[in-house]
Amino acid sequence: LKIIWGSLPKALRPPLWEPLLYMDAFCFVVCNLLAFVFQMVEKGTSLLKKLEMNVSEAEKRTGKNSVNMQETYTVYLIETRSAHTDLNTPVPDMLWRRYSEFELLRTYLLVTYPFIIIPPLPEKRAEFVWHKLSADNLDPDFVERRRVGLENFLLRVASHPLLSNDKIFFLFLTDEKGWRDAVLETGFQDKVDSRLKSLSASFRVKNPDKRFTALKQYSDELNTAISQLLRIRARVADRLYGVYKVHGNYGRVFSEWSAIEKEMGDGLQSAGHHMDTYAASIDDILEEEEHYADQLKEYLFYTEAVRSVCRKHELIQYELEMAAQDLTYKKQQREELATGTVRVFSLKGMTSKLFGQESQEQREQKLMALEQDIKEGEELLKEKNQECHEFVQSAWKDIERFKEQKDRDLREALISYAIMQISMCKKGIQVWSNAKECFSKM
Amino acid sequence: MAAELSGAVLDLEEDEDLEVFTKKPSLAVSGPLPTSPSSMTNQYHLEREDQEESQVERDLFISVDNPESHVTAIETFIMYRVLTRTTRGDFDSSEVEVRRRYQEFSWLRSRLEESHPTLIIPPLPEKFVMKGMVERFNDDFIETRKKALHRFLQKISVHPVLSRSPHLKAFLTAQDLTPHKKQGPGLFSRMGETVRSMAHSVRGLRSRAEEFASIQDYVDQFSNSISSVDKVTQRIIREHREYVDELKQYGPAYSQWAELEPGGLSEVLRGVSRSVELCGQETEQRAQELSETLLPVLHEYVLCSDTLKAVLRRRDNIQADFEVKKDALAARKVDPETLQEEVDLLAEHLEQANVSLRGDWSRWRSGMSSDVRAAFVSTAERNQQHYEKCLAVWESFLLSQKMDPHRPDLEPTS
Repeated sequence: LKIIWGSLPKALRPPLWEPLLYMDAFCFVVCNLLAFVFQMVEKGTSLLKKLEMNVSEAEKRTGKNSVNMQETYTVYLIETRSAHTDLNTPVPDMLWRRYSEFELLRTYLLVTYPFIIIPPLPEKRAEFVWHKLSADNLDPDFVERRRVGLENFLLRVASHPLLSNDKIFFLFLTDEKGWRDAVLETGFQDKVDSRLKSLSASFRVKNPDKRFTALKQYSDELNTAISQLLRIRARVADRLYGVYKVHGNYGRVFSEWSAIEKEMGDGLQSAGHHMDTYAASIDDILEEEEHYADQLKEYLFYTEAVRSVCRKHELIQYELEMAAQDLTYKKQQREELATGTVRVFSLKGMTSKLFGQESQEQREQKLMALEQDIKEGEELLKEKNQECHEFVQSAWKDIERFKEQKDRDLREALISYAIMQISMCKKGIQVWSNAKECFSKM
Repeated sequence: MAAELSGAVLDLEEDEDLEVFTKKPSLAVSGPLPTSPSSMTNQYHLEREDQEESQVERDLFISVDNPESHVTAIETFIMYRVLTRTTRGDFDSSEVEVRRRYQEFSWLRSRLEESHPTLIIPPLPEKFVMKGMVERFNDDFIETRKKALHRFLQKISVHPVLSRSPHLKAFLTAQDLTPHKKQGPGLFSRMGETVRSMAHSVRGLRSRAEEFASIQDYVDQFSNSISSVDKVTQRIIREHREYVDELKQYGPAYSQWAELEPGGLSEVLRGVSRSVELCGQETEQRAQELSETLLPVLHEYVLCSDTLKAVLRRRDNIQADFEVKKDALAARKVDPETLQEEVDLLAEHLEQANVSLRGDWSRWRSGMSSDVRAAFVSTAERNQQHYEKCLAVWESFLLSQKMDPHRPDLEPTS
């Protein structure tokens, strides 16, 4: 037991449990629990198979922010529960997280796993809105959709073969207070700046990897296509809303008219009610469609993650090429120095010609320094090659996984859209068939 | 003075016709309506399915079709073909064809109004184009007007009194209406009549009988209601058209995306694109049919409201005239016999007016009720069909994805 305890990383040792270790009665239970946790973290299976999680609620909080000003923000409740039914933990563990903490987690993941397409977060601000939806971050509908998006994010990370085993991710789910320190301790902040630089820098790669070039182009084109689709969809939703709502006016007008009619009155009145029903039905229909739009948005944001991986590859490739170039240059210099021929123009070479040759001793010293440089350069080249090779391998594995996931998910989303349309048509048939009956009784 | 006035009135009427500048000589917007008496009978039955007075044997069938632009030295206007088929003895032949312009339809209506001041004459389509509703000079407008003129004559042809009018006969048979236009009561009396019937307060009217007071109330409220329904319907059509415009861009957005994707996903995207396109076309048709079937009926009854108000006012005036003379009789002792005669005549006139209005009123009520019912029933049916068609489109899409539309929770069958 003590061995197991000792081998667990510090962060996973809940302090409360230590005194219990010396009590035999608890040994068996604790042993199992620890074994389970140990197993979960050390094996390569995804976390999701062992741990259920969901983002179940959202709450408003007010508090003082970093500049000591009052602000209102929303926190989300993360519940985790063991997936094993035999471990008797019916009560879920819970903690509250706000959106900015999710952002921090994601940044950590981006920097730590640059060859992985990191799942995106739901949008920070509501975009592609149509007039009914408010763009207010505190609007309950927006908060609800964000809750779903955050849960989706966690589930995606937890089902990823590599990301799910990340310690920081586990702490995010289980350690409300201590997580922040842990993530800062990893020192990922240092890498953030260089990542940002790599994303924005423009450099030329001499022999670009065709697969990555194609992938980057695809992801850019996909980004455009989905943006366009979302924009038009929002406009269509807006117009459809107008069509339905205007029918509501029939309800009011028929009601007024029915007051003066003897035989027609009842028919008009009841038809008017159906018109009201028709007008009201669009709210639910479009609310559902918003979830469909969110599914498309997720892949819109995914394209950014894909692009980021491609850029990282470009950077590595570039550094590799630079290292190779540098080494070649140094070797040429050595050759020159050794044979005395000047093949490459250098200022030093010219000045030495003008102001006299160096002594034999100086030359030998230079040669030795150069040999050292070359050795280091060869090491660096080897490293960079290795880095590049590993990156390409891991990245491409994840890209294939992502492609399959994308095709599956989007197909499902489109089919669910068709199902939504069918449901809307069925409602329409019902309403108008009812209305027709009322009209024919006028 | 009379010539100047007549000139002014004529100018006003001149504007009633459409001036068509760049149209081809033969418009033939839609082919002539069915001309065989049996098919006309069928049409009658379709139009009057719920009409209680189908016991009356129809012996007069009138149709309006074939609008053609007519060019003279001074002006250009549209002429409509008016075809009459009848078994009536007082007509020279069983089939007559004439060409008439809007101005002449208007003449007919004025004549009928004068001869039967307390009958409810069907309305004509408007003289002027309403802003924003339909563009001037275009085929849709001419078609709409033609159909309204057709309905106008249809309704007259089944009216027990109006269909016997000599003015109608002249309108239907005379190759040249000009001599008929010059007959009839002088302009002054016509204008006087118009002025009085437009007056809001009726001089000398003491009290209205309960029945006419309640008809007045009804007409006032009906006028508001029908006008609201008309406006709402116009708005619905407008919203539909804007929706269809956006849909036209929505389908292509999916197919553009499809071009980026590999086989499987691309197919799904194209399927969605096609489905969206088909539904868009369906919606466009739905909007078009709304404006062709429901709107014209509602619009006709909006115009009717004005007619009803005018008829009630005219009846009030007749009653007022009678009461004024009656008071005069009671006051003066001079020449009581002639005055008595006049009073008796006016009393009879009033009685006739009341009777004809009463009869036509119930006729109008049931006609309105059946027209409105038919129009809304067919609209509801059309809307139901629209959703049925769209449902079929999306179900066939699901089938193409090898999914059972009735069990969407299941995985696709291979």
